[in-house]
Amino acid sequence: MRLLLTGNEAIARGAWEGGVTAAFGYPGTPSTEILENLVKYDGVYCEWSPNEKVALEAAAGASIAGARCIVTMKLVGLNVAADPLMTLSYVGVRGGLVVVVADDPGQHSSQTEQDTRHYARLAKVPILDPADAVDARAFMLEAFELSEKYGCPVILRTTTCVGHSRALVECGEPRPKNVTEFKKEPSRFVPLPLWGRKLRVKVEERMDAQSADASSHASLNHVIPGAAADLGIITCGITALYCRELMPEAPVLKLGWPWPFPDSMIREFAASVKRVVVIEEGDPILEEHVRSLGIACSGKSDVVPRCGELTPDRIFEIRERLRGTNNELPKPFPQADGLPMRPPVFCPGCPHRALFYALTKFDVIVTGDIGCYSLAVFPPLERTDVLICMGGGFTLAHGLDKAGEKKKVVGVLGDSTFFHSGITGLLDVVYNKGTSTLIVVDNSSTAMTGHQDHPGTGRTISGEPAPAASIEAIARACGMKRVTVCDPFDQEKLHKVLAEEIAADEPSLIISKAPCPLQIRRRLGTVRAIDAAKCRNCKACLKCGCPAIVVTADGKPAIDPQLCSGCRLCESVCKFGAIAPVAVPGQEG
Amino acid sequence: MIKSILLTGVGGQGILFAAGIIASAAEAAGFNVTTNEIHGMAQRGGSVTAQVRYGEGSFAPLAVSGGIDVIAAMEHIEAIRYAHWLKPGGLAVVAKLSVIPVTVTNGACTYPADVEERLHAVFPRLVYLDCAALALELGNARLANTILTGALSKGLPEISEDHWRSGLLARVKKGFEEANLTAFWKGRMLCSDI
Repeated sequence: MRLLLTGNEAIARGAWEGGVTAAFGYPGTPSTEILENLVKYDGVYCEWSPNEKVALEAAAGASIAGARCIVTMKLVGLNVAADPLMTLSYVGVRGGLVVVVADDPGQHSSQTEQDTRHYARLAKVPILDPADAVDARAFMLEAFELSEKYGCPVILRTTTCVGHSRALVECGEPRPKNVTEFKKEPSRFVPLPLWGRKLRVKVEERMDAQSADASSHASLNHVIPGAAADLGIITCGITALYCRELMPEAPVLKLGWPWPFPDSMIREFAASVKRVVVIEEGDPILEEHVRSLGIACSGKSDVVPRCGELTPDRIFEIRERLRGTNNELPKPFPQADGLPMRPPVFCPGCPHRALFYALTKFDVIVTGDIGCYSLAVFPPLERTDVLICMGGGFTLAHGLDKAGEKKKVVGVLGDSTFFHSGITGLLDVVYNKGTSTLIVVDNSSTAMTGHQDHPGTGRTISGEPAPAASIEAIARACGMKRVTVCDPFDQEKLHKVLAEEIAADEPSLIISKAPCPLQIRRRLGTVRAIDAAKCRNCKACLKCGCPAIVVTADGKPAIDPQLCSGCRLCESVCKFGAIAPVAVPGQEG
Repeated sequence: MIKSILLTGVGGQGILFAAGIIASAAEAAGFNVTTNEIHGMAQRGGSVTAQVRYGEGSFAPLAVSGGIDVIAAMEHIEAIRYAHWLKPGGLAVVAKLSVIPVTVTNGACTYPADVEERLHAVFPRLVYLDCAALALELGNARLANTILTGALSKGLPEISEDHWRSGLLARVKKGFEEANLTAFWKGRMLCSDI
């Protein structure tokens, strides 16, 4: 059966065909759709775990019981899951365990461009690098086999372009699931130093065997022949496809299993061509290794850009540099400049807009984390000052506070990121007697990545009811005395609460609670309109940054009734009473 | 022969649905097909683009800029923004619609007042359709993207009408088949360029 699948759909398909028993993950672009697709197959246990570390630990347990399992995350998620990964490499697995990590060359939706292949080397586990959806399905099946053959976890590294591109994939039927039964073996599963030192030696031996295996593993590593032996390309991932189209005459060593390095294969390939170039996205990992084998090569040291996605345009530029011709890509139509940018914005009716609008009225420092509300850094709100990583909003605030910063510091987290890694930060602030004002912008959803459930939503990934964790009760249990729940669209009350809590000389938590309008798919209230007779054109409503408020040809603001969500934020902002509910046929509530 | 199509617009306009129809039609016609979708911020008013590629010698889901055969845009400036992706002699199919970005509302940028003139100046082969009005004539504003897809289908003559029909039916939800087929044929008929 041939299906037109995205890379992410193909990974889910491959896991299912490979007899996966359990799958764990935390949402993160571009990895999210893997679990969202896998959960549609019958008989696979799937869960959104609170964070990536939890996901990998749970998968380790499932694997030690004998089950095949996968863990999914985006690149930065592996930073969170790095601790169990390092030790799991020593302890090893029984059922095949594949850690699927989605890298983001070009940083389409990520704060860093880190190259997950470094983690494979650090953890000393194999990494597979599919070029498209066909590879993605096949490599998932191979990854399970390698994981069980060597008794270690395997990383399947995908990228944004692989995950979000479709190809026609020949699919098969699922193999039976592994029988699970725990077998006591403490010298393997409890890596006390006594046993850990022995495991360490085994890991090194395992890597030597894998390097030899990778050199003869034709379905993962092979040469795509070319007509001319002047130049040979060593590459991995989607870059192989671009090279095939733009340099069809050059033989390509396509490494689907780039590490442990297939040394003998690299040597043999290099000997078959006059000149070698390594073209890889991310860091020059293959390139530096090729050079360490005593093989001269081009790469990031001369012709390949060091940063960013290697798009077809950049492969063209690399080709021209290699040829020394330096032709520019012919562009018959000029690139337009001066067009207005179209950045992502808070949706009409977004409760984050209301909360951050209220914060514009206070002279405070705001620290935040990763979510839709990261957009509050942009004009017109400009109300996020520092952002490092997921779950970091509270702790950054605490550090600024303890450093003696004179201004009050407000730390913001989302509901999903509070559960992800924010609770320990809250504990830190309370236990160590900080004075920051903490806010959870609670829209009952992991909205940024497409509305996944989490421990606070009362639903599992399969839509089944589940106990809903209470942020308020958790905060109180951590010893937080001042806890307030507030509707951000009630601006008067929110302003009062913010003023009181920011003035307090002890820590406090405000839970700004209102649903994501995109998720509930209905208007929050009656559509608003601007009464032109009352409008003084002060443009205060434009400071909300709502896409439903536009400026008309006469220079005055007006509300687009199609876009207006009826959230009433602009109405509470207008000092002249010019904004009021209006009856639009078919647009009520 | 390799054919590359670039679809562009704003989140919520049905760009990915249109890409799906083209991909399914190309698959029905027996081509090896790939697509790519850039939609990280689609729901939050950002630009959305998709590419569909098919034909012998096509392996990658993205073309080089200047390598696109047909651009289809659901919004004026999104068409102009990607004009440099088009090949010499390439076709542009553009919907008559301006969606004002928030950067214009907040005064940081201006939306070109002469956008229609610029479209005609930029694209020698332009099919310019008021898809929104045409969709309303058919009684459903959401059919605008299907009308645009019908129009661009004329620029891809290697896919037969039968294959367009099966490609469309492979993508449309049950109960909406007839409305979408009507919209598609209307767009195809109105593509006067070819």
